[in-house]
Amino acid sequence: MQQSNGYIIAFSAILTVILGGLLAFSAIGLKPMQDMQVALDTQKKILGAVMELKEGDDVPAIYEERIESLVVNAQGEEISEVDGAPVVAEDVEVGKQFKLSPEDRLYPVYKLKTQGGNQAEAYILPVYGNGLWDNIWGYIALENDLKTVKGVSFDHAGETPGLGARITSVDVQERFKGKKIYNEVGELVAVRMVKGETGDPSIYGENEVDGLSGATITAVGVNSMLESYLGYYKPYLEKVSGNAISQVNSESKELTFNN
Amino acid sequence: MSAETEVLDQLIEKSKPSEAAFSKRRKKLISDPLNDDNPITVQVLGICSALAVTTQMSPTLIMAISVVFVIVFANLIISLLRNLIPNRVRIIVQLAVIATLVTLVDQVLKAYFFDAWKELTVFVGLIITNCIVMGRLEAFALGNKPYDSILDGLGSGLGYAWIILAIAFFRELLGSGAVFGFKVFEAIGIESFPNNGLMVNPVGAFIILGLIIWVQRTKTGYVEQ
Repeated sequence: MQQSNGYIIAFSAILTVILGGLLAFSAIGLKPMQDMQVALDTQKKILGAVMELKEGDDVPAIYEERIESLVVNAQGEEISEVDGAPVVAEDVEVGKQFKLSPEDRLYPVYKLKTQGGNQAEAYILPVYGNGLWDNIWGYIALENDLKTVKGVSFDHAGETPGLGARITSVDVQERFKGKKIYNEVGELVAVRMVKGETGDPSIYGENEVDGLSGATITAVGVNSMLESYLGYYKPYLEKVSGNAISQVNSESKELTFNN
Repeated sequence: MSAETEVLDQLIEKSKPSEAAFSKRRKKLISDPLNDDNPITVQVLGICSALAVTTQMSPTLIMAISVVFVIVFANLIISLLRNLIPNRVRIIVQLAVIATLVTLVDQVLKAYFFDAWKELTVFVGLIITNCIVMGRLEAFALGNKPYDSILDGLGSGLGYAWIILAIAFFRELLGSGAVFGFKVFEAIGIESFPNNGLMVNPVGAFIILGLIIWVQRTKTGYVEQ
């Protein structure tokens, strides 16, 4: 009887229902906690581009205090809603946006405010691109002059451990600090990883950093990711720096006037 | 026959059907896989994850606990169901039970140990195909009582756990100069300890595993047939 087809089908069906039910319950029960962890991870990544987080730091509190987020479109205009629904920068999935054409994407911007003040100290921009095996992504933080790199943080889905995966390591990310995204004649060229690796940072110009030996394709991926995304953010960056310049001008005018 | 011996006889009668919780045979169920019949070093199963997750101690510990959890509960469940499972579909039933347990572990890790989960999720998923787990179900749990099956699972799980922890200890120590992230060499005053890059690669795990197997087989005299 135990070997009859009817028994086997009934046994399998009951087992499936029990195991499936168990998994469904656990998935629903753990979802809120998992969503919280994903949100916390995003905040850590964003802050990680501009500061070193220590174990035990209250990440949500720091994030709440220091980060102001907004979303811009390809023309660099700040937008607050899409098709009537409000957009929140933290909920914009850059990976999903990556599949749209550049003009249709939403571009989140995270402003790091000065401690206690309201001035923007840095601008953190998400970037996304293709590595050797899979997607790579990260954040690039610009100083408030919008020309100098304050820091970067990269992550990847499947680059080769020990080679391309080194883009996540601190010593590779340190190389970008202080580099300029504009060249001498003022063109936006981003920061480029050179081919080959010398280990000597002093020989590279303001727009270059040491490359990744054995992972040239990942490095090329990083280069094109930075170049294209800084290009997409260019209208916004120009708008902000244009405002900053005109503000300075008007202030100096006022000063002259007062004098 | 005095009254005393009669009482004693009765006691012996009573204790006969139920074996002591940790009788010699049961202790062997746990201790055998730790050394003489170790799933990794003697049966050479579960090598894939032993190489992949052992660059650092803390993810390795989480992996070890996950495997022990899965193997113990899979053994228990299969043992409880052993008289109900139709023989023709027993492999798929074992697989379904293991996969459910592994998915549960994965979900719990994602909710409570997110950083470790990001690193381990691929390998936690691969516990499903870890030959150690399925091997114990097929070889032991299908034919033995629940309690014995728990002990057997515990033994095999711990046998797996201590080997991967030993590998991780040497790899993290020599590869990054640390144990559980604590910088050992800096703490004892050696600032310029050169990290061995080989240990961070899977190759390092092969070398250490080979050395462990060598030492162990020299001691136990085990020879592959």
